[in-house]
Amino acid sequence: MSIVVMDQRKKIHPHKFNMWMAIGSIMMMFAGFTSAFIIKRNQADWVGFELPGVFWVSTAAILLSSLTIWLAEKAFESRQMKRYRLLMAATFVLGALFVVLQVIGFKEMWAQGHTLSANISYQFLYVIISIHALHVLGGIVALLFMSIRAFGSRVKNYNIVPVQLLSTYWHFVDILWIYLLIFLLMIK
Amino acid sequence: MSSIATSTDIHVQHGHDAHFGQHHHETFLTKYIFSQDHKMISKQYLISGIVWALIGGLFSVIFRLQLGFPEMTFPILEDFLGKWAPGGRLDPEFYYALVTMHGTILIFFVLTAGLSGTFANLLIPLQIGARDMASPFLNMLSYWIFFLASVVMVSSLFVQTGPASGGWTVYPPLSALGDAMDGSKIGMDLWLISMALFIVSQLLAGLNYVTTILNLRTKGMSMTRLPLTIWALLFTAILGILSFPVLLSAAILLLFDRNLGTSFFLSDIVVAGKILPNEGGSAILYQHLFWFLGHPEVYIIILPSMGIVSEILSVNSRKPIFGYLAMVGSLFVICILSLLVWAHHMFVTGLNPFLGGIFVLLTLLIAVPSAIKVFNWLTTLWRGNIRFTPAMLFAIGFVSMFISGGLTGIFLGNSSLDIHLHDTYFNIAHFHIVMGVAAFFGMFAGVYHWFPKFFGRQMNNPMAYVHFWITLIGAYLIFWPMHYEGFAGMPRRYYDYSNWESFKMFAGLNEFISIVAIIVFLTQILFVVNFFYSMFKGRREKSTNPWHATTLEWTTPINPGHGNWVGEIPEVHRWPYDYSKDGREYIPQTEPIGPNESHH
Repeated sequence: MSIVVMDQRKKIHPHKFNMWMAIGSIMMMFAGFTSAFIIKRNQADWVGFELPGVFWVSTAAILLSSLTIWLAEKAFESRQMKRYRLLMAATFVLGALFVVLQVIGFKEMWAQGHTLSANISYQFLYVIISIHALHVLGGIVALLFMSIRAFGSRVKNYNIVPVQLLSTYWHFVDILWIYLLIFLLMIK
Repeated sequence: MSSIATSTDIHVQHGHDAHFGQHHHETFLTKYIFSQDHKMISKQYLISGIVWALIGGLFSVIFRLQLGFPEMTFPILEDFLGKWAPGGRLDPEFYYALVTMHGTILIFFVLTAGLSGTFANLLIPLQIGARDMASPFLNMLSYWIFFLASVVMVSSLFVQTGPASGGWTVYPPLSALGDAMDGSKIGMDLWLISMALFIVSQLLAGLNYVTTILNLRTKGMSMTRLPLTIWALLFTAILGILSFPVLLSAAILLLFDRNLGTSFFLSDIVVAGKILPNEGGSAILYQHLFWFLGHPEVYIIILPSMGIVSEILSVNSRKPIFGYLAMVGSLFVICILSLLVWAHHMFVTGLNPFLGGIFVLLTLLIAVPSAIKVFNWLTTLWRGNIRFTPAMLFAIGFVSMFISGGLTGIFLGNSSLDIHLHDTYFNIAHFHIVMGVAAFFGMFAGVYHWFPKFFGRQMNNPMAYVHFWITLIGAYLIFWPMHYEGFAGMPRRYYDYSNWESFKMFAGLNEFISIVAIIVFLTQILFVVNFFYSMFKGRREKSTNPWHATTLEWTTPINPGHGNWVGEIPEVHRWPYDYSKDGREYIPQTEPIGPNESHH
């Protein structure tokens, strides 16, 4: 079924508005996690944590991916479909790399003896980082879907809304990660 | 695919665009099951809600049997429940499971999904003048994820160790430790998974409601021309979007604690002489996260009913709603305050008394917008030309319940009183009246009022009147005595009070409450019979606008197709409450303002 088309074009597209609301909602969940973390932080038996260095590499990867998806959106706007496909694929690879690096970070923490039943600050790290990574994975699935469509489509499809939606979401998970990183560095 | 394939041509346009599904081919599956039509999704939510309400209500009848007749045996219970009722007497573990499930089902599945899901889906597009929701697909997805959550919750009733039984709030450590009791085993995991799915479904739904209201209003439908139902549903959806994710984070942390060895909510615990390794967690932390949702949740339940009641009172008093902007403003203030009062559920957790004082203040402040609403409802009725339709009776009943239950809220909001009253039957009486019964009254009012819009037929009136009077009187007879028991200190969640000398004197009262509860439950079956009978055999509605209302949903055909309006969507020229104006009974929103017309 097609989507209701509005006659008032100047308004924000309802799907974009939906996305912004969803972002607000996801932020509330992470606010729940981080405020729980703050409460724990202020209790007497608090022991800090060391963030493995690999998380800095993953940060670089996701930052770069934000750049590529921004360029992809620009390419789409100017109908440079070849460039668009390439940049989408690059974003996909960088996103996947980010998740893999997070997992490597987890492995490093685990190898140092910080398992899920050890120090509570590490337990928070596992939960917060993995739930964030799940959100990135959701974006990756969407990226995969869009890339396949970009490569495989016979019909020329110039509807920019899905591209913009994905791009907004992708920037969001990037910024969310930066926020979480700063939060973690400050709280440790 | 299906043998019942109907081909419907829907020629609908939005404004001057005509991109809306031409030559729409519908099969049984797309029309009734995976429907993307908001009206069908609304019916799906309503009927799911009714089924859940019957299950949840039946559970309360079963545990009321235990509370009212602790010495008696009911062999029929053993026939149905087997090992959960050995010898016809409820097993204590299963008693707790029933109490937990009763709360979970009615709060989340009936009064959240069933109420908001039904009326937001039905009314938002119809009353704002939209063809459908902003994203019909997400809307369908929301219902089916809710359905999946229901399936998981139902399946937890049938696992060997029984469903979750730590109370609907599932506080750790009881809920976090599988060894604590049978009800904390697999049933608890299923509860959490079901709730996680439920939250996702309600978020998808809420996003759609807000986006639709803000983006898809028809021409002329400015925010101050929205019916109060829509305002209420908008605030409900926003509250849900802000608070449900926090419960999700609590559920995720609890799942980790249960299954992956973390100790977010656990510390220094001894179970059966064995010291657990968990260290560093805090059970109170869970309560903070839970009640950050839990308190807005009670407003998520009551706000849609407030909207429905405002609308029905005005329509059936043939008078404009009194203080429209004050109604909107008070909804807004209630929303803000509801996010700032969660710790009034935690006065006895060792909360800092100074902090407690702040929460007392903020809690008591809610009395102000609530009182504004009550005054406005009463003044709307004042000197109205009242039609006592079943919907109107339930709406007035709502106001009565909201006042009775709201007043006891002022008692409980005071931390000094709450320390005595918390976890007693006073509390049970308070929240059942103000949130449970009141919200149900709003829902009944809505169903009776919009039934012609749902099914193009009218419900049976004599049955509806019997339903109303028995429910109203019965609800008061059930819950009023509980205040008294609570004042005397009778605690909630006990399996058998006959073991305590101080509570033995309540045996007769408990028996009375149980008998009334059974009568009221049977009366609800009358409603269900009326509902399904009228759906197929009720009096066919001949008028498109049976209540002579002003709002847009009554400008559609009696049985609107997908797309709601044939031809263009009507334009709106006035607010929705022009009743008894300039010598006319009512003026529809679609009628332009006349040259000599006075302003409202």
